[in-house]
Amino acid sequence: MTGHTTPSLLFNDEQKLLSKTAHEFVQRRAPVARLRAFRDGKDEVGFSRELWSEMADLGWLGLQIPQEHGGLGLGFFDLCILLEETGRELMPEPFVSTLLLGAQALLLGGTEAQKKALLSGISAGEKLVSLAYEERGSRDLHRVETVARPCEDGFEITGEKIQVLDGHLADAIIVSAATGGGAPTLFLIDAGAKGLTTTRQVRIDGQGAAILRFEGVTVPLDSMVGELGKGTALLQLVFDRAAIGLAAHMLGASEQAFADTLAYLKEREQFDAPIGSFQALQHRAVALYVEIALLRSVVLAGARVIDQQPEEVPRFAALAKGLASETFLHVAKEAIQMHGGIGMTDEHDIGLYIKRAQATYVTFGEPSQHRRRWAELNGY
Amino acid sequence: MSELDTFREEARAWIRENAPKSLWGTRGSGPFEGYWGGSKDTESDPDVLAWRDRGIQKGWTAPSWPKRYGGGGLSVAHEQIIHEELKAIGVPRPIAGQGLAMFGPVLLEYGNDEQRAEHLPKIVRGEVRWCQGYSEPNAGSDLANLQLKAERDGDDFVLNGQKVWTSHAHLSDWIYCLARTNPNAPKKQMGISVLLADLNTPGITVRRIDLISGYSPFCETFFDDVRVPAKNLLGELDNGWGIAKAILGHERSSIGRSIARQPGSAQREVVARARKHLGVEDGPIPDPLLRDEIACLGMLEEAFHLTLARIEQRAESGTPGPEGSIVKIVGSELKQKRFELGMKVAGIQGLGWEGPGFDQDDLEYTRDWLRSRATTIEGGSSEIQKNIVSKRVLGLPEGKK
Repeated sequence: MTGHTTPSLLFNDEQKLLSKTAHEFVQRRAPVARLRAFRDGKDEVGFSRELWSEMADLGWLGLQIPQEHGGLGLGFFDLCILLEETGRELMPEPFVSTLLLGAQALLLGGTEAQKKALLSGISAGEKLVSLAYEERGSRDLHRVETVARPCEDGFEITGEKIQVLDGHLADAIIVSAATGGGAPTLFLIDAGAKGLTTTRQVRIDGQGAAILRFEGVTVPLDSMVGELGKGTALLQLVFDRAAIGLAAHMLGASEQAFADTLAYLKEREQFDAPIGSFQALQHRAVALYVEIALLRSVVLAGARVIDQQPEEVPRFAALAKGLASETFLHVAKEAIQMHGGIGMTDEHDIGLYIKRAQATYVTFGEPSQHRRRWAELNGY
Repeated sequence: MSELDTFREEARAWIRENAPKSLWGTRGSGPFEGYWGGSKDTESDPDVLAWRDRGIQKGWTAPSWPKRYGGGGLSVAHEQIIHEELKAIGVPRPIAGQGLAMFGPVLLEYGNDEQRAEHLPKIVRGEVRWCQGYSEPNAGSDLANLQLKAERDGDDFVLNGQKVWTSHAHLSDWIYCLARTNPNAPKKQMGISVLLADLNTPGITVRRIDLISGYSPFCETFFDDVRVPAKNLLGELDNGWGIAKAILGHERSSIGRSIARQPGSAQREVVARARKHLGVEDGPIPDPLLRDEIACLGMLEEAFHLTLARIEQRAESGTPGPEGSIVKIVGSELKQKRFELGMKVAGIQGLGWEGPGFDQDDLEYTRDWLRSRATTIEGGSSEIQKNIVSKRVLGLPEGKK
């Protein structure tokens, strides 16, 4: 690190306990096979609201939300400990939409009234908040086709957002729309607003998403999140945090896919020997182990930096998400290869990991975009 | 403020006051960087020698060794702080080398009182330089296949055979080597002993080995009826394999760490070379693919340093575990990638061997690039490291050999 002040990458006693409790809870209550059941049952919600409530009761949804808003007021580091564990079983509950996007946008840019209206509900597991930012054919934060035209008492929003995570369930939606001169502004909209229609989308990774169509949705002036025309900068701050949080999820998922694969290498026999005794597979397994060890270091550092060194967040977001994308996808591909034919079957859980790996790879920027940003931040 | 925080402040103040300014920013604080000492050393820079002497006086050439041997009597955590504070201003340790990094810790653990009292103070003061006699022509990755014969004759062992890759043997005073004391042991890992030999003993011949880079620290060392006193047996007779592995553990983690240098330095070096050879003084590197490759390197470098920090923060004892192997696997790959990219950006200016048309930096860089190919071989090849991690960390079953 520049400045040679490496943040602590260790857990304190409370964090060890959180990690252990969350691990046991997730392993017992939220096995990855649920994803198949939600998919095949064409479940309207796509996750378990009961489980979400239980986690709220445990204090987990408000880990990083200030106490005045019903949370525990701990750090982003603590939230990442939880996300690593929920990532192990690819939990489809709305961690990304609500805790990493909605809540962070409110914490970083929301007015007191907006925070008051939603944060305690998020902590209590009663409110879901989505961030609508993806548009068809756009990979650039600065380019927004959705527009917000000034009208009497506020703005009128028209446009379409796609793959809005949990957009079909959200109680409130934060949407980016171009205001005067094309610069985006963020607006907080009630899910029941007139002129807003929602169409559920089905993705490979079991993460709920929807198309949101805004047809002249009117919002009052005080629905702005952050300042007029400053939406890009605010979104970037939100995405930096979300990228590190998602990287923690991807770390957990990589760990679990690797652990399952390692167990299989020890148990599966061919040529009268466990296949894990073959050096061709051993060395590839070690390569994955090493990659995951490196990823763990950057995720922990990134999470710490959010709490302690805000000026370093962009560099660490690029680093953590860049490496997490490459590592998780690599692990998921190797996991299938090492499982052989059974790994290709829908019946086996290991194949679920490559779907989440691809989905997370392209979320909040692809690795090449993160490397470009890393290069810029390092002056080349 | 915790006791360690207070110590950090003291260490920082002492280092900044005592390290000569000419040494600041000159190198990392790795265990093999800087002045090595020994009777054959020709160092004449008064600042280097003054820094050595101040380090000796303070007991900080070996901060965690007992005071009675000239060490600092500090904990490993304190030692770590000293090294971090050196690293922060790019000052080398007062004395570096194999005696301090590899042999000393093992002598502390396995040597008897007499051996410790004889050898450790001379290492601490940089008077005696040690080298390692491990590999042989037929014992590389399969180290336990070593054949250097040591036969008991009265109060001596008589050594016959050959060692290879004995780094810096031509500049060293003593060698610690693995020898076969019992050729009839049931397994080849048994019947091996660790012997300490004065390189001035009659019958020892040292010959330099040139590498593809044109120079190298490596030698071959031949033993022809060399008489080594029996008191120079380290640990138990025929039971030296465990000691050998302990030394290798120190070697791996030392090599990994010595590669570490300053965080961000590999990326800075390659960017600087790219600017020089592409003629771009500032702004983005114009070739986006090249820039992407440099960013890959920079990210790997940062991840490596954070992982080193994480291992250090976690380590409660000074004994390197299997993570030393991870450090070596990644550190050696990082070093090779750095030189590969540094060569790539230089284009044909990287092709110089000597003579006109090439500047000194480029000539040295090219030699260093060639030398870097050895990092994934020496100290246990990457393949051997992967075998170790596979077995000891991942618990995968041993394969048929």
